[in-house]
Amino acid sequence: MSVMTYIGAIGAAQREAMDADARVIIIGEDVEANVYGTTGGSKSRAGSGDFVQMYGRSRIRNTPIAEEAIVGAAIGAAMTGLRPIVDLSYSSFLYMAMDQLVNQAAKNRYMFGGQNSIPVVFRSAMFYGLNTGAHHSDRPYPMFMNVPGLKVVVPASASDAKGLLRSAVDSDDPVLIFEACPLWGLKEEVDDAEYRIPFGKARVRREGSDVTVVAISGAVPLALRAAEQMAAKGVSVEVIDPRTLVPLDSEAILASVRRTGRLVIADPAHRTCGAAAEISAIVAEEAYSALRAPIKRVTALDMQVPFSPALEPAIYPTTEKIVAAIEAVTRTEKRAKDTRRVDA
Amino acid sequence: MDQGSGLPEETLLEMQRRMLRIRLFDERCSLMVKRGYIPGSVHTSIGQEAQVVGATMALRKGDHMTGNHRSHGHPIGMGSPLGPLMAELVGKATGVCKGKGGSLHLADASVGSLGESGITGSSIPIAVGAGLSAQVLKQDRVALAFFGDGAANQGVFYEALNMASIWKLPVIFLCENNRYAISTPAHTVTGGSIVERAPGFGVRGVRVEDGQDVLKVHAAVSEAVARARAGEGPTLVEVMTYRFREHSEGLRINVDYRDVAERESWLARDPVVLFRDHLIRTGIATQDQMDALRAEVEREVEECARFALESPDPDLRVAFEHLYTDPYNVEAFL
Repeated sequence: MSVMTYIGAIGAAQREAMDADARVIIIGEDVEANVYGTTGGSKSRAGSGDFVQMYGRSRIRNTPIAEEAIVGAAIGAAMTGLRPIVDLSYSSFLYMAMDQLVNQAAKNRYMFGGQNSIPVVFRSAMFYGLNTGAHHSDRPYPMFMNVPGLKVVVPASASDAKGLLRSAVDSDDPVLIFEACPLWGLKEEVDDAEYRIPFGKARVRREGSDVTVVAISGAVPLALRAAEQMAAKGVSVEVIDPRTLVPLDSEAILASVRRTGRLVIADPAHRTCGAAAEISAIVAEEAYSALRAPIKRVTALDMQVPFSPALEPAIYPTTEKIVAAIEAVTRTEKRAKDTRRVDA
Repeated sequence: MDQGSGLPEETLLEMQRRMLRIRLFDERCSLMVKRGYIPGSVHTSIGQEAQVVGATMALRKGDHMTGNHRSHGHPIGMGSPLGPLMAELVGKATGVCKGKGGSLHLADASVGSLGESGITGSSIPIAVGAGLSAQVLKQDRVALAFFGDGAANQGVFYEALNMASIWKLPVIFLCENNRYAISTPAHTVTGGSIVERAPGFGVRGVRVEDGQDVLKVHAAVSEAVARARAGEGPTLVEVMTYRFREHSEGLRINVDYRDVAERESWLARDPVVLFRDHLIRTGIATQDQMDALRAEVEREVEECARFALESPDPDLRVAFEHLYTDPYNVEAFL
């Protein structure tokens, strides 16, 4: 075991995958010079990046700025024997390749009756909360949850980032991994050996009995802090990180809600048609009778992201907003009990 | 041996056979659309057979190709059996895509297809990816992307051209310039010429002015393939041709967007007739042999239509399969 940062764990997983299988290549903008920090390790200055020195330019493909061709070529390469990891850097750059992601990656296997498979990983980073303005701050994973045929992965810790990326490379289907930049520096004990974390298995980050908080991506550490604060007030909060949104571990969420009777969902993506909306709907359909209070969503507002540090934080979930939501669902239930008593 | 082309006689006869297979297959499709056996949108390759066969017969087993919406000819040109293709058009269980692709997505992986795309230009970078894997894995194969004059104005084409150029990938960009994007004349929406765009990307560009001559197309594409195999990078081959029928079967466009004289002059240059006459004139085949070949292909098409119509409908379960390779709960959808 060693302590790794979230971004360090992604680099470690890429190195493991490159070592394990010669069919794995990394393709993307500025991957050669390791601009985004996942295709190298050493801090020394050199003529070429670490991964290029280790694996050569045939397998470390520094690309033109041409997202549609990058994604399309990765799909074609995946259909013909390679297992590419595509580094799309900023998640808002995915939109430039929307046709390839939605019309080709997601549909080709289905549309051609299973004649081929597309083992490709699309990594992108969500730079929100870092004052990069509206074009660089998106959290677009809900859009891709709406596209059957894609898998959507949202790691929230170093150990999960490493194990999920290895599973993504192993998968014979296209996988989109959304990495949260606010978590890049987050440290965790990580197994140095190779390991995989299966898709569709949520991680219980904290056990509790009064309220279930499903927290996604960058909202996980906020939810853990909120749970800590609520513990001091005598409220026991369970924090669940789904880790993958497609496939989604609905069973783990439902089992927790059936025990606690209360659900708060914390999600840094937009509210409308988002992951939080989907999880709310699943719980309302499957565990309505277990609910002792209305479901509460703590999401980013349906608003674009302003640049100024004075403005940007207002858009996203915070520990305080999650605490307020937890208090609201616990209060609601008390009020309901009081009312019943009066009625009786 | 044909004097001009230097190709063996059996190759020349196979060219004619494949052009006839495309022609008669698509004529049968058209009839089956009219009779209501084939649903949806159908685009035939009629008139463009020389361009299709000249290109596909320059490839060999192990090579890859991508097609577009007008892609019945592409798998046939690569040598696909007709039965599963026709069954796919009718939507049967025996279809090459198990009834989930249809005319717009008539992909046959067994002959090297990586997919036929209903989105104009969208399959071009897929072929670049096949070239990339060939290079990384050091496999001796090339990839050919079929696309039309309409797709040549899509941005992704230029991204793909550039990427293939910088990495010297074994890719052939084959532009089937049939002069019209549905109703829009190419010259009204295309600045300059398509082939002249290639050198701007450091890519060799060649134009086959007479795309109705299968030997001319074959020669140009063969040279591009040889260069790709030798590590000399991609080529853009623009082939001038013409679609004899409307954009899609049953489509009524109430504007005479194609000049009558122009249309007549192209119809007079039917690639299947031209090459049959060439084979007879050069003594490679007799009229009787050509008649026999046609009768043989007619029987094959007859048989494929019967196969398609007699095949069972797909089981409903198939609608929920093949979304993922990894196991998932298909039962949940039923």
